[in-house]
Amino acid sequence: MKELNITLYKTMYMIRKVEEKIQAHYLENEMKTPMHMSMGEEAIAAGVCHALKPEDQVLGSYRSHGIYIAKVQETDKFFAEMYGKVTGTSQGKAGSMHLLAPEAGLVCTSAIVGSSIPVAIGFAFANKQTKNGRITTVFFGDGAVDEGVFWESLNFACLSKLPVVFICEDNGFAVHSPVSERHGYGSIAEIVRKFDCSVFQSDSSDVQVIYNLTKNALKEMSNNNKPVFLYFKYYRYLEHVGVFDDFKAGYRPKEDFEKWLKVDPVCMQRKKLVRLINEGKVASLEKEIEDRINLSKTRAQQADFPDARIACEDIYI
Amino acid sequence: MKRMITYREALNEAIIGEMRRDPRVFMYGIDVADHKRTFGSGNGILEEFGNSRCFSTPLSECSMTGLGLGAALSGLRPIHVHMRVDFLILAMNELTNMIASFSYGSCGKMKVPMVIRAVIGRGWGQSWQHSKTLHSWFAHIPGLKVVMPSRPSDAKGMLIAAIRDDNPVIFIEHRWLYDVVGEVPEEALTEPLVGSRVIHSGKDATVLAVSWMNVEALQAAEVLEKHGISLEIIDARSISPFDDTTIIDSIKKTGHLIVADYDWIHCGFGAEVATRVYEKCMRILKSPITRIGFAEAHCPCSRPLEVKFYPSAIDIIRSVEKKLGLSEIDLAQEEFYSYEKKFKGPF
Ligand SMILES: Cc1ncc(C[n+]2csc(CCOP(=O)(O)OP(=O)(O)O)c2C)c(N)n1
Repeated sequence: MKELNITLYKTMYMIRKVEEKIQAHYLENEMKTPMHMSMGEEAIAAGVCHALKPEDQVLGSYRSHGIYIAKVQETDKFFAEMYGKVTGTSQGKAGSMHLLAPEAGLVCTSAIVGSSIPVAIGFAFANKQTKNGRITTVFFGDGAVDEGVFWESLNFACLSKLPVVFICEDNGFAVHSPVSERHGYGSIAEIVRKFDCSVFQSDSSDVQVIYNLTKNALKEMSNNNKPVFLYFKYYRYLEHVGVFDDFKAGYRPKEDFEKWLKVDPVCMQRKKLVRLINEGKVASLEKEIEDRINLSKTRAQQADFPDARIACEDIYI
Repeated sequence: MKRMITYREALNEAIIGEMRRDPRVFMYGIDVADHKRTFGSGNGILEEFGNSRCFSTPLSECSMTGLGLGAALSGLRPIHVHMRVDFLILAMNELTNMIASFSYGSCGKMKVPMVIRAVIGRGWGQSWQHSKTLHSWFAHIPGLKVVMPSRPSDAKGMLIAAIRDDNPVIFIEHRWLYDVVGEVPEEALTEPLVGSRVIHSGKDATVLAVSWMNVEALQAAEVLEKHGISLEIIDARSISPFDDTTIIDSIKKTGHLIVADYDWIHCGFGAEVATRVYEKCMRILKSPITRIGFAEAHCPCSRPLEVKFYPSAIDIIRSVEKKLGLSEIDLAQEEFYSYEKKFKGPF
C-alpha cells in the first residue's frame, strides 16, 4: 500500500513538474509547439496507467503530457520533442500533439478530436484475436463524445466484446464551449450504460480512488468479457492551449477553479504521503524528480535540431 | 482617402453586411460563438444577431455539414466555419457524396447556397494534422466552388459573392493573412468567384500564386526588381472553377511560368494549371513550367524541418534565376518574412 502510494505520487509529481517547467520556459519561444496542458488531470493519467500491465496499450489525444509521463516514465525524449530536437520521441517531427512511445505502450495520440478512438478498438480487436491478454485503453475528452466516430466505435466494441477501456476525461469544456451547450442529454455515463459494456465513474481527484476503480473495472472485464467505459471529472487549470489561465475571458468562473484547487490531486496525495512516510522522505523523492526534469530540459536544449534532410524521410518504409 | 483594413476585418464586414441584408444568412461551427470568434473574424456577430444566427456546435463536423445542406435546400444561407481545414476531412462524405451533387441530381431544381469557411494554418509546430490545405481535393469534385483570397479586398468581395451564390463554396483562408492590411471599399461590392488577377505586372516571368504564396511572390518580385528582373504575379484566387485566361495572356508576354502552390505538388493544382498551359501555350513557352509547393512529406513540427517543408520567396527567386539562366543572387542582405518575429504560439 505504501509503495503504491509512493509510486502514484511520484508519477503525479513528475507530470505536474514537467508542465510547470514548460510553463516557466514557454515564453522563451524555444519550445515551438502548441501546448495542451494537463494540469488538474494528473490523478486520472497516473491512476489508470498504473492499474495497467506494462504491455497494455494506451492511446490519447493532443492533451497527452500526463499519460506520456505516466505510461513511459521518462522525461528526456519528452523534453527533446518539445524543443523539436533530434533526440525527441519522433526526432522533433511530432511536437507536443503527437507524442508516442510504442515500445512503452503509448501507441498513438492524435490532434484530430476522436480520431484515436477507432484505432483503439483495432488494437483491442487484434489483442482479442491473438489472445495475448493485453488491454487497450483510450483517453479522450467530453468533446470527443460529440463525434460520431466515438459512438460507432463504442457500438462495435460492445458488439464484439473487445478488451478495450474507454476513458472519458470530462473537464466540462471543449475549447471554450461548455458541455451544456453541446450535449442534448444530461449524463454521458448514463447514455453509455445503455450499451453492452461496464460503466464506472468518479469525480474524485484522489489518485488511489481512480487506481482502485480502474483495477475493479479490469477485473470485471476479465469476468464478463465486456468493454469498459470509465468516466472521470476533472478541472482544466489552464487555457485550452497555452500556458496561462484564462479566467478573465469570462467563459468560466474562477470560483470553479478554486473549488477544485482545494482537492488538487498532487497536493492531496502529498498530504497522504507525508502521513505514511514523512516530510523529509517526500521532499527527497521530489528533489530527485526535479533534478531529473532539470537535466532532461538542459539535455533537450543542448541537443541538435534534426537535419533538414529527415523532413522527407520515413514517408514509406 | 484610402480605407485600409485587415483581412480579418474584411471578412467580418462581409459577414455582418450580408447578415443585415439577408435574414436567411446564419453562421455556425465549432467555437464560432466563443470569445475568440474564429481568430477575431466573427467579432460582434453574436451580439448583433443573437444565437439563432450565430452559434457554436457540438464537435460533429459531418452531421453539422449535413445540417447546412438541409438548411440550404430549405432556403436558408448557412456559413459553416472550421478553425482548420483538417477538420473538414471528417465531413467529406456529406460534402462529396451529398452537397456537391444536389444541383446536378435535381436538374437545377435544388440549390445549395452554402458557404464553408476553412482556415489553413502554419507555424509554431502545428505538425501534420493542423497544416493541410486540401484545395485540390475539393476542386477535384464537380459542384464545389473553391476560392482562396489572399488580399483583404478579395476577402470581403469574394465572401459576399460566396454568400450570395446559389452554389456551395469552399472559402479557404490562410491564418497569417488575417493581419494583412489593404485597401477595402466601404460598400458591399462583390468580387467574382471565378478568375484570377494580376497583382503585380512584369515582363520576364509569370508566377501564379495561391493564397499565402502571393505574399512570398510579392517579396520575391521586390528582390528581383533590384536586379533588373520583373515578375508578373497572378493571384489564382479561384481554384475551381479555374479560368485560365489571365494566366495564358501573361505567358504570352513572359514565356515563363512558375506555379507557387500552397499544397503538395503531386497530383495537385499546379499539375492542372501546367497541363492547361501546355495545351494552350506549348510553342510559346521558353522554359518548362516549374511547380513549387510543400515538400513531399507530412508537415513536421521542429522549426528546421518546417522551414524545409514550406516553400518561400527564396524558392521563387531561385526558380526564376534558373529559368532565365541567371547566376544566384546573393540574398544575405535581404530580410524575408520570418514567422519567428511575427507569429508566436500557442496556435
Ligand atoms: C475533428 C476536430 N474538430 C475540431 C477540432 C478543434 N479542437 C481541438 S481540441 C477541441 C476540443 C476538444 O475537447 P475535449 O474532447 O473535451 O478535450 P479537451 O481539450 O477538453 O481535453 C476542439 C474542438 C479538432 N482538433 N478536431
